[in-house]
Amino acid sequence: MDERKFKKMNRRELLKLTPLVALGAFALPKLREPLLKEGLVFSDWASGKLFRPGHLATTFTDSELTPFAKFPINGYDVDDPGVIFENWSLTVSGAVQKPGDYKLSDIQSLPKKRQNTRHICVEGWDVIGRFGGTPLSEFLKFVGADPAARFITVQCADDYYESLDMATAMHPQTLLCYEMYDQPLTREHGAPLRLTVPTKIGYKQAKYLTDLKVGHVLEKVGYWEDQGYSWFYGL
Amino acid sequence: MPAEVIEIESAKGEEPLQAVHEHHWVVRFTHWLNAIALFVMVGSGFQIFRAFPSFGAKIPQKDLLNWPKAFAIGGWLGGALQWHLTFMWIYIATGAFYLGYQIFSGNYPQVLFSRRDVRGVWPMARHYFFFGPKPPASEAYNPLQKLAYTSAIGLGVLTVLTGVAVWKPVQFSWLAWLMGGFHLARVWHFLTMWAILFFVLGHLVMVVLHGWNNFVSMLTGWKVDPEYPPR
Repeated sequence: MDERKFKKMNRRELLKLTPLVALGAFALPKLREPLLKEGLVFSDWASGKLFRPGHLATTFTDSELTPFAKFPINGYDVDDPGVIFENWSLTVSGAVQKPGDYKLSDIQSLPKKRQNTRHICVEGWDVIGRFGGTPLSEFLKFVGADPAARFITVQCADDYYESLDMATAMHPQTLLCYEMYDQPLTREHGAPLRLTVPTKIGYKQAKYLTDLKVGHVLEKVGYWEDQGYSWFYGL
Repeated sequence: MPAEVIEIESAKGEEPLQAVHEHHWVVRFTHWLNAIALFVMVGSGFQIFRAFPSFGAKIPQKDLLNWPKAFAIGGWLGGALQWHLTFMWIYIATGAFYLGYQIFSGNYPQVLFSRRDVRGVWPMARHYFFFGPKPPASEAYNPLQKLAYTSAIGLGVLTVLTGVAVWKPVQFSWLAWLMGGFHLARVWHFLTMWAILFFVLGHLVMVVLHGWNNFVSMLTGWKVDPEYPPR
């Protein structure tokens, strides 16, 4: 082969790599944002597919618990939004047969579950805590939630908000939690009622719940999700 | 698999040079795509690490190192996670495409470290690090190179497995369990990254020292006047 022909062949081979230039789109701010959003949406889709409704998160013995004092208090705003317990109720709305205000005693009259599970923060730290409460699935049955509904949205006393896919809401370890370490929830940990979802990342475990809505469409996603975090974030 | 060899006739009437086709386009394409993905994964990984730069307890928190923001991608934790969760698919896809190619084409003896390479590792290391004589080259990669590349590919697989254990410690609880639980999986993920960075450093040093021909061949596939007898 003569030299010129060889050089031409080399150029042709080099051209085969040019599709890589497409990644340059990530360098352009206008394209970067939608592309990264797509990446997040795709990851959430994959997370949903990987979620197994019957698969339980690992539970731990009492000796493996992180001491209560070393269980971090992570609020996005205030540690204590000043809930007046006597007046507190959970307002249930949306696709349910029995909407209305539910007192803590109503929730506590439902079957109770205690579990030692790992709480993982998106920052990277993890602790093992003891949680007690009513499986959310029991409460949804109690209020007559439409089994065809797809989302649960919660509103909190500190204006935090979150949402769950129905498969996760129905998971046996997803609790409406009113106890930690066998004691009533403290204010910093979300009294009187919080979510504990061992199959999800920490910021999904909303505290100081005030409203719960069952819906067919997702109207409100979540505080951190609206800042750019993953919505599904199943562990 | 015998490599494709051609003779290039010089226009100036000099002796013809041999050229050997070393890298299929799949290898070159996945090499560069994976290099970009690795760069983003490491950069965004450091930004994620900055959110909790420790492997101990949260209370009390003892920081391991304060990684400078200038050497991180994403700007903040949420931004870095977007990069990480996007490019991990590219990283995994290129790795899978590459491995699939090597297995199904039967090209893997070119790069896979095998038992008959064991004897050649020390002479090569002696040459590189202790000024020993240069062992004659008999194929595209010397035994030390094969060891390095095979290890790097193994480490790449480990970064994915440890990453899955960190991302999905519940659905892949068996993976997290193999690594000693979620907490340690995070440590392993970090360590395998450093091991890959160590490889990349050595790789780049070698390319700078005597890799122009190799560099060109990773771009075009062809190496002119190879230092080993092409077969």
